[in-house]
Amino acid sequence: MADQATVFQAADLSIGYRTESGLLPAVRGATFSVHEKECFGVVGESGSGKTTLAMGAINYLSENGEVLGGSSRLRGQEITSLRRFQMRRIWGSRIGMVYQNPSAALNPSLRIGEQLCEVARRHLGLSRRLAGEASREMLARVAMPDPVAIMQRYPHQLSGGMLQRCVIAMAMITRPELLILDEPTTALDVTTQAVVLDLVAQLTKELDSAVLYITHDLAVVSKLCDRVGVMYAGEFFEQAPVRELYHAPLHPYTLGLLGCVPRFDPEGGKHLLASIPGSIPRLDRLPAGCIFAARCPFVQDRCRTSSPPLREVRPGHFSACLRWDELPTAAEYARSTPAVPAHKEERPEVLRAVEIKKSFPPTERLFGSGGRKSMSVRAVDGVTLWVRKGNTLGVVGESGCGKTTLLRVISGLAPGTSGDLLLDGRKLERSVQRRPRKVLKMLQMVFQNPEASLNPRHTAGRAIARPLRLLAGLSRREARGRVSELLQAVNLPLAFSRRLPEELSGGEKQRVAIARAFAASPRIILLDEPLSSLDVSVQASLVNLLCELQERNNVSYLFISHDLAAVQHLSHWIAVMYLGILMEWGDAEDVFAPPFHPYTEALLSAIPVADPDIRQRPIRLEGSVPSAANVPSGCRFHTRCPRKIGRICETETPPWREGRNHHSIYCHIPLEELRRLQADTIARTTKGDG
Amino acid sequence: MSDPGTASPSRGLSRLLGRLRRNPAALAGTVVFLFFLLMALIGPLVAPYSFEAQNIAQRLRPPDAAHLLGTDQYGRDILSRILTGSRGIFLLSGTGTLLAAFIGVSLGLFSGFYGRLWDEVLMRILDVLLSFPPLLFALLLLATLGPSPLNLLLVISVLYVPMLARLARSTVLDLRTREFVEAARIRGERDLAILFREILPNALGPILVEISVRFSYSIFLVASLGFLGLGVQPPSPDWGLQINEARSFFATAPWILLFPAGAISLLVVATNLMTDGLRQVLQPGSR
Repeated sequence: MADQATVFQAADLSIGYRTESGLLPAVRGATFSVHEKECFGVVGESGSGKTTLAMGAINYLSENGEVLGGSSRLRGQEITSLRRFQMRRIWGSRIGMVYQNPSAALNPSLRIGEQLCEVARRHLGLSRRLAGEASREMLARVAMPDPVAIMQRYPHQLSGGMLQRCVIAMAMITRPELLILDEPTTALDVTTQAVVLDLVAQLTKELDSAVLYITHDLAVVSKLCDRVGVMYAGEFFEQAPVRELYHAPLHPYTLGLLGCVPRFDPEGGKHLLASIPGSIPRLDRLPAGCIFAARCPFVQDRCRTSSPPLREVRPGHFSACLRWDELPTAAEYARSTPAVPAHKEERPEVLRAVEIKKSFPPTERLFGSGGRKSMSVRAVDGVTLWVRKGNTLGVVGESGCGKTTLLRVISGLAPGTSGDLLLDGRKLERSVQRRPRKVLKMLQMVFQNPEASLNPRHTAGRAIARPLRLLAGLSRREARGRVSELLQAVNLPLAFSRRLPEELSGGEKQRVAIARAFAASPRIILLDEPLSSLDVSVQASLVNLLCELQERNNVSYLFISHDLAAVQHLSHWIAVMYLGILMEWGDAEDVFAPPFHPYTEALLSAIPVADPDIRQRPIRLEGSVPSAANVPSGCRFHTRCPRKIGRICETETPPWREGRNHHSIYCHIPLEELRRLQADTIARTTKGDG
Repeated sequence: MSDPGTASPSRGLSRLLGRLRRNPAALAGTVVFLFFLLMALIGPLVAPYSFEAQNIAQRLRPPDAAHLLGTDQYGRDILSRILTGSRGIFLLSGTGTLLAAFIGVSLGLFSGFYGRLWDEVLMRILDVLLSFPPLLFALLLLATLGPSPLNLLLVISVLYVPMLARLARSTVLDLRTREFVEAARIRGERDLAILFREILPNALGPILVEISVRFSYSIFLVASLGFLGLGVQPPSPDWGLQINEARSFFATAPWILLFPAGAISLLVVATNLMTDGLRQVLQPGSR
């Protein structure tokens, strides 16, 4: 990397925000550089200052933001001191920007073509005709299927992934020297994310841009970036080439972050995740010494008084830790936590769902249906599954696959159209309102977003006490005692029982919600993506909490998520869902090892794995999930299936092919054939995959 | 020690005061509002004269030390009439609004919560009521029923029930599909418990704001009706009636008209400022 020209360089950059309570030092003494054709990743949890750093470095701060010191140079030109009108010639032409939410970055009332042309005309000084040509060419480069047609569309007519490609095209049309990507795939599905990531990687190599990639997702970084900087509460803790950072990080925070990500390791035994205790310090109350000391497992007395600046401790590897040379490797650290016992034996069923269907009637429109005949949406279209005692069944799938609807049908919140639910062999009423309390007691739920699932006007204590009084039939006094026990069980201080949700952090709220679900000692808990709205370190501690609570209470989980690594980590059984039905189902180890269903294979190939040494065969799904109002005939995956074998896939529904230990795949291709084809879908390069 | 299950109200109150302090306009509005409310309670006791004590020798006096706001055409003390008149305003507008709030919010809550046919029918009836221009509707009712305080109360309620019901309903519609309501269903809460424990506390913010907006509107309404002679009858110290009576003396003794008019404006503006403050506290994020 060093032999390539430096495109962008920030030196000792400090950025602050003026607030009511004074100046908040959001970024302090940040130094980094990005070279030609290089992708520099900045990772950190929310509040680490990574977006502020990028925006401050290009002099693009909000009204109350201010660069307090240091410099940033674009090709040697100092830009922090430039005025706004001078910067306007640089933003959008020499520096391109792509944000998280593509639909917010585009003007909803202008056609895609107009918006692209405008950039080309403004910054490249092209005529209308030439700008149109340049836009078409750029859209083709971002792999848009029909650029001419796309240019005539309005943003709302395109899917999220397509929009993000348009935004990338807009940012790249001027061939910027520096491209800043701020969480560009966070709002997208895994399969779409994979396409966008491929595109970014390919374009930067082609167009000689330097890329500054901001994300919270260590896995994405490991796939895309050449060098990575780890930020925490406004400071860089470590910067290193991506391989070194992942295998031998030289800062405890990096080590902790890596430990928080479930390892995608279907064969190895499972361990609890190495979570980071505590929370990020407030910017207006930064401690003396190392700001990570309070949460660091390797802390010594000297850390609390002094902290070294970020310095080069090995060639190309920078760390801000005093004890950088005494840390274990990432693999050692991940194995240092207690192992999670595996459940090999067959256990009795707790819940069985038989041929569950849920369809939503077509929406009535006041002014006719606009020429289209609207069909009822078959969100869940015949799912049979069961959950065993003390086990977890994970259901994975992209958004729109019907997994949330499935959970709502089981919970009774959205009663199913047909199908039976059996809890401990007894039939369940479809609607939650018709289930007696002694049934409700056995089946509880944790919702996706704790902000929404806790009543903002009820204290944590009240939230937990209610199910105790209602379902467990405890007296007020008994309930109070149990609330303390439950708070303790989810590792919250007792004083929190008097707090309102707004006085709790996101992770703390979710802990309260978990305590509430456990209050009535249920047999099974439905988990509706309970981690996805939280930071990695918080996720890790909650994953551990869920594991421990399951172990202690022998409770079963039905866990739905789009995060394959989390599902793989938590689940004993896994079901893969697509367009309202299951595609594959079986033991966690079997589902994520060949043979896979071609859809599972595509998912596995698309998810970024937080390990630069794992090579995945690039299988990319084109297009988006078909509408559940108009399900394809035959195998409903055939429209996107990379392994489609012919007419049979379009006309006949596939058979369930059963392998060992109930592992079943819904596909026309025989298992042996799949196994042969898929031997190298996911492989570790260092092991010599041959 | 209070039950750990409930948030202590004193904490909520101190937070309210804390936020009001950062909004001086709302604080001033609240102070003025509370002043008139206090006068409504004790006005006749602190007023220097009786509101109906006539003194022909002292008629049409400009403000001076004996009569701080001057006297009217019968020599009655204007300050005393304004202070005493506050009670009428709060009795009519205040109770009228509260009555409308009670009925409207109840209708809206149940209608929004249970929905279906009942909701549809109720909303169409309310739409009909809403389609009349308010003042015209009030005149129509009062001309038919005759002007009496009780009928005024009725008019205010009939006018404001639809608006409050609509607001309560839309708030409930939004809240009823929230996850915390679903969480309550999953732990087996009954409908009434969900409505009153889960939904109502969260709907209270916008409802309170709407009530105070309606209150300031109804002050205007009562004053307008008083001015038109369809409201409270003489010799009541009603502010609107005072303005009506003062019309013919405006050229020679403008204070008879200006001070009651000023009192109306002051109370309405103060209530609006207070509402803005309330909105900031209860509905953060809205402007």
